Amino acid sequence: MTLDDKKRVLQEMVLHRRFEERCYQAYIERKIGGFLHLYPGQEACCNGVMEAARPGHDYVITGYRDHIHAIKCGSDPKVVMAELYGKATGSSKGRGGSMHIFDAAHRFMGGYALVGGPFPLAAGMAKAIQMQGGDEISICFLGDAANNQGVFHETMNMAKLWNLPVLFVCENNLYGIGTSLDRSTAVVDQYKRVCAYGVEAAQCDGQDIDVVYEHAKVAVDHVRSGKGPYFLELMTYRYRGHSMSDSRGYRSREEEDHWKLRDPINILRDKLIAAGKLTMDEFQQLERNTDAYIETEVIAFAESSPEPDVSELEHYVLA
Amino acid sequence: MAEIMYWEALLRAQDEEMARDPMVICMGEDIGVAGGTYKATKGLFEKYGEKRVMDTPISEGGFTGLGIGASFLGVRPVIEIMSVNFAWLAMDQMFNSAAKVRYMSGGQLSAPCVFRSAGGAAHQLGAQHSARMEKVFMGIAGLRVVTPSNPKQAYGLLKSAIRSNDPVFINEHELMYNMKGEVPDSEYLHPLEGSEIARTGSDVTLFGYNISVHWCLKAAEILQTQHGISAEVIDLYCLSPLDRAGIRKSVSKTHRAVIAEEDEAPVGVGSEIIAIINEECFFELDAAPVRVHSAFVPQPYNHTLEAAAIPDHDDVIRAVLKLFGKA
Ligand SMILES: Cc1ncc(C[n+]2csc(CCOP(=O)(O)OP(=O)(O)O)c2C)c(N)n1
Ligand SMILES: [Mg+2]
Repeated sequence: MTLDDKKRVLQEMVLHRRFEERCYQAYIERKIGGFLHLYPGQEACCNGVMEAARPGHDYVITGYRDHIHAIKCGSDPKVVMAELYGKATGSSKGRGGSMHIFDAAHRFMGGYALVGGPFPLAAGMAKAIQMQGGDEISICFLGDAANNQGVFHETMNMAKLWNLPVLFVCENNLYGIGTSLDRSTAVVDQYKRVCAYGVEAAQCDGQDIDVVYEHAKVAVDHVRSGKGPYFLELMTYRYRGHSMSDSRGYRSREEEDHWKLRDPINILRDKLIAAGKLTMDEFQQLERNTDAYIETEVIAFAESSPEPDVSELEHYVLA
Repeated sequence: MAEIMYWEALLRAQDEEMARDPMVICMGEDIGVAGGTYKATKGLFEKYGEKRVMDTPISEGGFTGLGIGASFLGVRPVIEIMSVNFAWLAMDQMFNSAAKVRYMSGGQLSAPCVFRSAGGAAHQLGAQHSARMEKVFMGIAGLRVVTPSNPKQAYGLLKSAIRSNDPVFINEHELMYNMKGEVPDSEYLHPLEGSEIARTGSDVTLFGYNISVHWCLKAAEILQTQHGISAEVIDLYCLSPLDRAGIRKSVSKTHRAVIAEEDEAPVGVGSEIIAIINEECFFELDAAPVRVHSAFVPQPYNHTLEAAAIPDHDDVIRAVLKLFGKA
């Protein structure tokens, strides 16, 4: 990444952070319903990997913590927010909600709410790419706890067996809801688990985007060049609770503070300041501009959009 | 019209569709080199190669999900689940991914895949290899369910299912793969919705699907010759969405209904048809509809117990005679 790239990515990451924080507020205001899983703390994971890949060209699939992955693939934040508001202008016309953002035009193939469900779907998309001879790859972002599902193992086996162009990104934030990894999983280093299937794997820091990018580049090149699947484990942390009803009683404030010292946005910001590419004033201005954009464009769009027409309740069930 | 077996009809459909469209693939356990448990993919491996006729590991959830993911990008997989009892392991992907993706994406994505499976009870296979599960599949929005009762339907429904933009579950039967029947020599696409009048009659309607159509036909013949009762037989080859208009039309004509299913009650085709009759044509009825179904037990192994658990044409005849106050 050039310094210009990094500056652009910093702007995106600030948008990603502020977007999610604004969702939090909208949820408190009861504008957003259901389950809401937020991404702050993990921004370098999605951004680092997708900078090494080709957003909008490569196929991306993930779980329920999906707003930012969609936006990174090219979704309009307005349309994502409208979906969270359940509006007719939302990405799924109000039928999906926070956990089911889709944007087929930008090859964001969805958010799925069954833990582990996307593993075989990602491998299947890779099978389609392989048959159709394209240069895309399939990228699956999931959490650490998803790896305890049977389909994780089934999929690793098939992906390697059939040499499928699929990159599995494990965003290891150390918890599945309120259960820490060492309490749910016998082998805590997730990348080691796929060795049994012969899948190439690596583990790295998920907070410094330069580190994520370097490792993701190796992973993406491996997959795109036809060498088969790759599993990349990124060590990260989510700042907020698992979803909105989580008061985080299972972890200490010291642990949280420790991770916040390695905030992905601050790390990148400070590097750009040190390189003379950015000033603190500029950064603060960026935050203010981002908030203003979210308020006047994103929220305004969601607020002013119409509700779905109840007479269309049964649309989109069958073709 | 040539007479071919049910499995040959399935094979012909897959072969023709694979030849027509390079995006059609077959997946499943032992379907390739081994030719398929019921021979429905015999010879396809040699013809189309391992990339399109995929012998999968024994990972029903995994390979079903993989096929569904491929279908998002335009591949049309025909996914064979060796026995419907194993489909439980694949249902998360069938229901949560394939059946819901169109809706939860607001129409952006679809899962045009086919799930084929051997359902029904064969002889003495015991509780874990003899379950019927159509009741489960037909209750899922976003999934089509068809169940061919003869080779012509097997051929035509499978071809239509492959071309459908919806996920389709095809419920086959362990005991029917060697059944013979006429299949048109030229290409034939069977409609995925509707029902067929397998025999016309005027006194009572017998509803069947898949194997129970044959109980109904046999019962109708005996009812006619021995009891002077004219039974109409409706073949419900499509279990989702059910043909409400066809059900109404026949019951409005005969004013009596018996539903025969191999699945056990409670919950199932029988209860659903009776609900539809209530909703569509209750005041046409001359008698309360009756369902004939399996006993509510896991399938027993012992031959006599098994025979007692599963109905046949005699049970259908008894139900009809009772309706007419003759038993
Ligand atoms: C099949 C299934 N089981 C349980 C749940 C409930 N659940 C939702 S998220 C979650 C934890 C997943 O943790 P992880 O995979 O590490 O992802 P993270 O939320 O940390 O990003 C659980 C148990 C679910 N949604 N699906
Ligand atoms: Mg986690």
